[in-house]
Amino acid sequence: MAQPTRRVRGVVVIHAERCKGCGLCVEFCPTDVLALSPAFTSKGYHPPEVVRGEACSGCDLCGMYCPDFAIYGYRL
Amino acid sequence: MSERANPVERYLRSDRIPHIWCPGCGIGTTVNCFTRAIDESGIPMDRLAVVSGIGCTGRVAGYMHVDSFHTTHGRAIPFATGLKLAAPGMKVVVYSGDGDLFAIGGNHFIHAARRNLDMTVVCVNNLTYGMTGGQLTPTTPEEAIASTSPYGNFEQPFNLPYLAESCGAVYVARWTTYHVTHLKKAMREALLKKGFSFVEVISPCPTLYGRRNRIGDGLDEVKTYKQRSVIRNGAPTSEVSLGMTGPIVVGKFVDRERPTYQDAMDQFYARKLGDRYARASQ
Ligand SMILES: Cc1ncc(C[n+]2csc(CCOP(=O)(O)OP(=O)(O)O)c2C)c(N)n1
Ligand code: SF4
Ligand code: SF4
Ligand code: SF4
Ligand SMILES: [Mg+2]
Repeated sequence: MAQPTRRVRGVVVIHAERCKGCGLCVEFCPTDVLALSPAFTSKGYHPPEVVRGEACSGCDLCGMYCPDFAIYGYRL
Repeated sequence: MSERANPVERYLRSDRIPHIWCPGCGIGTTVNCFTRAIDESGIPMDRLAVVSGIGCTGRVAGYMHVDSFHTTHGRAIPFATGLKLAAPGMKVVVYSGDGDLFAIGGNHFIHAARRNLDMTVVCVNNLTYGMTGGQLTPTTPEEAIASTSPYGNFEQPFNLPYLAESCGAVYVARWTTYHVTHLKKAMREALLKKGFSFVEVISPCPTLYGRRNRIGDGLDEVKTYKQRSVIRNGAPTSEVSLGMTGPIVVGKFVDRERPTYQDAMDQFYARKLGDRYARASQ
């Protein structure tokens, strides 16, 4: 069955090597786009990964919260 | 399609990132809000100076790619005062910690507010001396455990918005690092306000405050801000003191007009000296 197509509204960009795994972006993304990945950064932290990219509005709340300047979003 | 850059990036000395702040520390969140507030204020980067004292928050001056100065402990405001009086066209922001601004630097804060110096002071209030090991500061709540109060604090802390208003600040707001959009807006308003503006940001120090007080990590502490905060714009500042439990009252508390130090000086000497007075500010 064909899925109704929804326009992608936003993009989230992750700079994993800056991340310290605090989880703020995951917690406060209003549309649950993110989850902490089981992978490790070279410093041993779990960075976020995109699990529901189509739900990203580009609101940049993740970018406002991230204490390490490691993630941000923008609208398309 | 080319990727757009992180809006914080052009304000950072990117070669110094990653920064030294611990995982979940709130200082970086305040910097995000601050840089977006600068963008929205329209103040050009070359007209902005950021001055910090010593402490984890004091590092902000060193990470920002604007004219900035990392002063000695407690002396950010006197340095900023000289800068503002010598270069009245600059927007001067003091960005520092609760210990730096209100313990060793407390005297400077009260007089800068009293004189209504045209500057913005941002205090990242993590309720402790983060950098030096979690000692008690003048804002540590009663009962809180600090490295210098292992049984808990018995001293009455400062209520910073009340102190700022009483001393004469014309703009006073408090938010937490949970309230990122409100904080950005308050910082923008403070940047554009003429006179002494003060923004307090309640912020986690998970390493030396949260853990010791069984709050948990940085995320856990921000969740407590979400639960405990009550927005009361215009609340009397005498009613916004902070405890270990109970509401964290946030909002814009004061927004009023009063002649700045420079304006008062110009008016006064123009009246006293007439044509003999050469204005410093232009
Ligand atoms: C004259 C002087 N006294 C003491 C110190 C030690 N010292 C460094 S940072 C600091 C406290 C910083 O606390 P705060 O301003 O709250 O910043 P935070 O680290 O919590 O962000 C102290 C006491 C110093 N550097 N200089
Ligand atoms: S930009 Fe907004 S919607 Fe997209 S991941 Fe970040 S917080 Fe979530
Ligand atoms: S907020 Fe930043 S540092 Fe924290 S987990 Fe997300 S990307 Fe990593
Ligand atoms: S010690 Fe506290 S204030 Fe300093 S960087 Fe770590 S968490 Fe932040
Ligand atoms: Mg502090």
